[in-house]
Amino acid sequence: MERVAIIGASMTQFGQREGWIRELLAEAGIACLEDAGVDADELDHLYVSNMASGEFEGQTGVVNALVHDLDAMPAYTQRVDQTSSSGGAGIYAAWQSIASGASELTLLVGGEKMTHRTTGEATDVIASLTHPAEYKHGVTLPSFAGLTARHYLERFDAPRESLAKVAVKNHRNGVDNPNAQFRKEVDLETVLESPIVADPLRLYDFCPITDGSAALLFCPESVAREYADEYVVIAGIDGATDTHVVHERDDPTIMGGVVESGEGAYEMSGYGPSDVDVAELHDMFTILEFLQMEGLGFAEQGEAWELVEDGKTDRDGEFPINTSGGLKSKGHPLGASGVAQGVEIYEQLVGEAGPRQVDAEVGLCCNVGGFGNCVITTIMEAAR
Amino acid sequence: MTMEAYRYEDGSISYPGHPRGPGGTEPVETIDLSEHTAEVITWTESTATPPGVREPNTLAIVEFDLGEAGSSDGDETVRAIGQVTTDEIETGEAVRPVHVDELREPGAGIREPESQDWDGYRFEPI
Repeated sequence: MERVAIIGASMTQFGQREGWIRELLAEAGIACLEDAGVDADELDHLYVSNMASGEFEGQTGVVNALVHDLDAMPAYTQRVDQTSSSGGAGIYAAWQSIASGASELTLLVGGEKMTHRTTGEATDVIASLTHPAEYKHGVTLPSFAGLTARHYLERFDAPRESLAKVAVKNHRNGVDNPNAQFRKEVDLETVLESPIVADPLRLYDFCPITDGSAALLFCPESVAREYADEYVVIAGIDGATDTHVVHERDDPTIMGGVVESGEGAYEMSGYGPSDVDVAELHDMFTILEFLQMEGLGFAEQGEAWELVEDGKTDRDGEFPINTSGGLKSKGHPLGASGVAQGVEIYEQLVGEAGPRQVDAEVGLCCNVGGFGNCVITTIMEAAR
Repeated sequence: MTMEAYRYEDGSISYPGHPRGPGGTEPVETIDLSEHTAEVITWTESTATPPGVREPNTLAIVEFDLGEAGSSDGDETVRAIGQVTTDEIETGEAVRPVHVDELREPGAGIREPESQDWDGYRFEPI
C-alpha cells in the first residue's frame, strides 16, 4: 500500500465572513494549490468536506461548484458529510484515494458558512443529527456537553476551574493564529462568570459559530519530493463510531469512537500515545478535550484535568494540545474543522507554525462528529 | 401513551428501541417505562435552546432499574434522556415519567413535523 504524503495546506480566515460557501471553498482550494505549486488540471480527485450547506444556505452540489470554480474538470469529485467530523472523514477519504492507487493527486477542501443564521437556527441544524427520541426534547450538542461535564466533575471530583483552564489555554494559543476567529486571551474569572449555556458549562466553554474553509493536498510519498521540499506523511489513520443515541453508552465519559479510532491509528503507525509530540483535539466544548485526552491514552480515565491544571498541555508544556487555538478560539466551521486540524499539524511538522511552533516530529488530530457519534484519528509524521 | 423500551433476544434492553439490539439480536418484547421510576444520573439546564423549545430547558439522563428485588433480573437497567418538569433537580434524585402532549413546537425547527412524534415523557421528582 502506498504511503500518503501531504504536500500543501491552507486555511482561510475563520470568523464572520462575507463570502458564501462556494467562495470560501474556492479561496482555500486555490490557496492550497498555490502553496504546493500544483495546477488544478493535475488533480485526479477533489473532495469537499461539508456538513450542511443545503440546510444553512440552500446550496447543494458544492463539490460540483468547486471543481468548476477551480477549473479542475474532469477530476472525480465527492462530498464528504460526517457532521462535525466531515473534515477528518475527508482526510480519510483522501488518504484512501491515494493509498489505493485510485488517485495520484487529491485535493481536499472543507468548509461551512454558518454565521448568517441565528444561534438558535444554527444550533438546530446541528441538533438535527440527533435521534427523534432526543430531538423532541430539545436536546442540543451543548446540552450533551453540560450533561457529560456534570457527570465527569461529580464522578472524578474534578474542579470546575479545570474546564475553564482549557478555554483559557486555547484562547491564549489562538492569539498567535492569524486565521483564528478570536485572537484574544480570556482569564479564568471571565470564563467562570460568563453566562450559563448548559449548566455547569458557560459561554466560554463552547466554540463559536464560524464561517471558513481549509484545504490539504495529498499525493503518494514516492513522488512527494517532486512537489515539495518539506512534507508530512500520514503514518496512521482510522475512523470509528459509537451509539447514535448518546445515553445508551455504558459510560458517559468514554467515547468509544475516540478509543477505537485512536487504537487503529496507533496500530497502523506503530506509534503510541507517548510518541505524539503535539495534538489537535476537537474542543467543540471544553469537556471534550478531557474525554479525547483520556480516550487516546494521553491520560488515565478521570485524570486529564490534572494535566491541564499542571500546565502540561500548554504550548510550552510537555505535551501541547490545540496549539492552533482549537475549535474554541480558532472557530468551528463544521466541515472545515477537521481539515484545519490537519493544517495545524502539517504546519507544526514542516516548521511553518510561526509563533505557535513547537518541537514536533509526530502529531495527531482527533475530529469528533455528533457527540462522539463518529470519530477520525489521524497521526502524521514529518518526512525524513 | 407508553414510553416504549425494547428487550432483545439476548436479554439486553434499550430506550429507544432499534431494529437490532446491543448484541445484534432482534427485539422480542416491549417494556413500558412510564410505569417505572428512575434515578437521575446527570442533568443540565440548557439556556441556548433552538426554535420551538422552552427556555430554559432542563434535561436529565435517568436510569430505570427494571429488576425486581430478589429476582435474577435484579440488574436490569436502561437509561433514557428527557426534559425535567422543574429546574430543581439533583443527581441521584428519584423521578417518574409524566406524559406531555407536545415537548417542543413541531415545525418550528428544521425537522419535518410529520417525520416523528412530538409527545413524550418529562421526568418529575418524586
